[in-house]
Amino acid sequence: MKKNLLKNSGVQSLIASLVCIVLGMIIGYVVLLFINPAGAGEAIMTVIKNFFTYSKTETQMKYLGSTLVKSAPLLMCSLSILFAYKVGLFNIGAAGQYCAGVGLALYAALGWNLPWWVCILCAMAAGALLGAISGLLKAYCNVNEVISGIMLNWITLYLVNMLLTLVKEETSPYTYHISTVNPAALIPSLGLGKLFTNNQYVTIAIPLAMIVAVLVWIVLDKTRFGYELKATGNNKNAAKYCGMAEKRNIILTLIIGGALAGFGAALLYLTGFEQWQCSTSSVPAMGFNGIAAAFLGGLHPVGAILSSFFIQHITVGGAYVDKTMYCAQISDLISAIIIYLCGFVLFMKHAMNTGIARREEKAKAKLAAAEEKGGDQ
Amino acid sequence: MENQYAIEMLNITKKFPGIIANDNITLQLRKGEIHALLGENGAGKSTLMSVLFGLYQPEEGTIRKDGVEVKIKNPNDANDLGIGMVHQHFKLVECFSVLDNIIMGVEPVKNGFLQKKEAREKVLAISEKYGLRVDPDAIIEDITVGMQQRTEILKMLYRDNEILIFDEPTAVLTPQEIEELMQIMKNLAAEGKSILFISHKLAEIMAVADRCSVLRKGKYIGTVETANTTMEQLSAMMVGRDVNFHVEKKPSVPGEVVLRVENLSVASKRSKEDAVKNVSFCVRRGEIVCIAGIDGNGQTELVYGLTGLEAPSTGTVTLCGKDITRAPIRQRSTSGMSHIPEDRHKHGLVLDYTLEDNMVLQRYFEPEFTSRAGFLRRDNIRAYAQRLIEQYDVRSGQGPITMARSMSGGNQQKAIVAREIDKDPELLVAVQPTRGLDVGAIEYIHKQLVAQRDSGKAVLLVSLELDEVMDVPDRILVMYEGEIVGELDPKTTTQEELGLYMAGAKKDEVKA
Repeated sequence: MKKNLLKNSGVQSLIASLVCIVLGMIIGYVVLLFINPAGAGEAIMTVIKNFFTYSKTETQMKYLGSTLVKSAPLLMCSLSILFAYKVGLFNIGAAGQYCAGVGLALYAALGWNLPWWVCILCAMAAGALLGAISGLLKAYCNVNEVISGIMLNWITLYLVNMLLTLVKEETSPYTYHISTVNPAALIPSLGLGKLFTNNQYVTIAIPLAMIVAVLVWIVLDKTRFGYELKATGNNKNAAKYCGMAEKRNIILTLIIGGALAGFGAALLYLTGFEQWQCSTSSVPAMGFNGIAAAFLGGLHPVGAILSSFFIQHITVGGAYVDKTMYCAQISDLISAIIIYLCGFVLFMKHAMNTGIARREEKAKAKLAAAEEKGGDQ
Repeated sequence: MENQYAIEMLNITKKFPGIIANDNITLQLRKGEIHALLGENGAGKSTLMSVLFGLYQPEEGTIRKDGVEVKIKNPNDANDLGIGMVHQHFKLVECFSVLDNIIMGVEPVKNGFLQKKEAREKVLAISEKYGLRVDPDAIIEDITVGMQQRTEILKMLYRDNEILIFDEPTAVLTPQEIEELMQIMKNLAAEGKSILFISHKLAEIMAVADRCSVLRKGKYIGTVETANTTMEQLSAMMVGRDVNFHVEKKPSVPGEVVLRVENLSVASKRSKEDAVKNVSFCVRRGEIVCIAGIDGNGQTELVYGLTGLEAPSTGTVTLCGKDITRAPIRQRSTSGMSHIPEDRHKHGLVLDYTLEDNMVLQRYFEPEFTSRAGFLRRDNIRAYAQRLIEQYDVRSGQGPITMARSMSGGNQQKAIVAREIDKDPELLVAVQPTRGLDVGAIEYIHKQLVAQRDSGKAVLLVSLELDEVMDVPDRILVMYEGEIVGELDPKTTTQEELGLYMAGAKKDEVKA
């Protein structure tokens, strides 16, 4: 039975993910050792312990809540990438689609004073529109979606900066607080915040994100639509041959991917947890971290729920490192190393499979040899 | 006593999950002989060659070169031992010249500069010696498949390889080129090279090989001298039973017209001229019509135009009285057209889907397989696949959940044939349905085509194989440079006459 368990793809993904995480931490630890050996052990433990460094349970819960708040958008970004990946597309444009989602969600909330659910729809539409551009270019002009995605990322960033300048505080580069301008645009908490020591940012965004993850899983694995999409991704010639609208499928996939990323942006910014800084000069890392989260989750939507939380946990954890021993950038560096290693899950899985196959062959050979001996006696 | 064997593979056993690909196989290649390796698809020929090439490590068995045991851990080891191979699909850089491709990897260098002059002289000397006509400065993508193959052979000879493996080398060649290749192989053997010739074309083996080893389902059946054997005997060894080379069929009873093509033209991807020029013909119920011709005379484009993979520029296609010239592919399929595509990997299968998912590729959207809410009915798909697998004898490691990629070529093709025939079409378009298959599978597929005809379906067969063209259809249409240049009756015509039409030497006005 044990062998069967190890051969199970899900179990393999889980083990591969854990191995990657541990490897990431070890390398992170080594880097810390190089910079300042005295505090390395403590620092790496702090990253992992994260909000547990607070002694009071209430405080711990509050910060756990905050991590969850940021996990929801990360989950959506990883779903966006995962969904496209299953259709054979690498949606690196998720970062830009996320960015577009921020822009439209905030402008709908602050500029047009719309209620929260309309703001979410606006954000999804914005992401979908960007996805559609990449999709159309891919389907009709055979422009690689990675190239068009990356370029659109930057175009979108500056467009969003321009748009949100219209709704920013006069004295700072940040956008208005939704809670003061249009409280109806805040995603309702429905009492969820109370569970996390009155963390007002914990809203139904978190369960919503998880529901979407399950939906994505069902669509990809159980429906005709998913069957078509995956067939197109695996072999677009065969998809065409059997009469699937392969161009439509490519465009639709990137539209859905874009909508997912845009949805994620709304889930974060409509909680009021963060304001957009209109002088931002780099595309938010959320979309890129989504790539790592998708792979760490074994390219499974349900796995993505766990991996997104973990990556967010590590990202936040970096901030707890003792700044008197290490420079301020160390927090990002350590999280980045661990996240980077998370991308190696597929490689680990492959290595495991070859390892298992080899061991089985050896065991069989041994068994055969033993039988032969038994026969001789 | 001097050892007479160049290479010996003794008692080789190689297992894969669920299958023993090579079961105690012994293959001994004498110096200076042409040794054929014969077997059906999935018989273990490729695995055995991969073992020889160091791509796989066998569980049991030894390899000896000149009587000395050697370990071949990777292709570099094989190369060091003087083993070279011409793969079925050439490994050439398309945009490099012939010379560049030959010297690639072993370029003569002096102080970091290429010494092409030296290389050219050596290449010319070799090509002279063995009668391998090539133009060293031609670019690979501009030359014929035959010349590309000669480039591959020169690659082996340039590296002074002594043991040459040819993996189904004639599959891609025209009859004239095959003739030339046979002569080259004989020259090479006469010069002391040892040749392993992998094939399942019996006539070629009889013509060129000295001895022939036969594999069947991973097992070694035996080695025979070709001088003392017959084709019938070889095929019986390969398949395990007597094979009927001739297709048995009753006279056809053509009925109403199912497919009518009028003045169809299809643009060419490569040149400004149309690939299909103003073609008209029809296919009736109860007959098999074959489009014959040398590869590249517009057959592929004609099929693309009929099946909707490419939009025709002018003309009409009518299926059962309905104009489908501009109809989407799905609509053609649901109105009764089945299509066994020319390239099973490119069009026919989603290789990373399971066998069962491939079995429903043309029908997954039907209510039987998709509920009204859009969910797949997995149980029905499994049951359907199971039925097709049994009915059409599609063999695979794990049944319906086998990945299509891991199946042998013959069984992949059988799966496609099963899928397309079971759709119960009015018209079956079969494009080179037996390409690369062994005699057992060919016989099977021919029987299926005739069975379709006999049950009152229309069958349009596109074939490059002369035997198939002469044996299977009721009418032959010959295509030459995008036009139909002749209609022949296979019962009265001869291969010679067919050849004249195919080469463009004879031409009739053909009316639909």
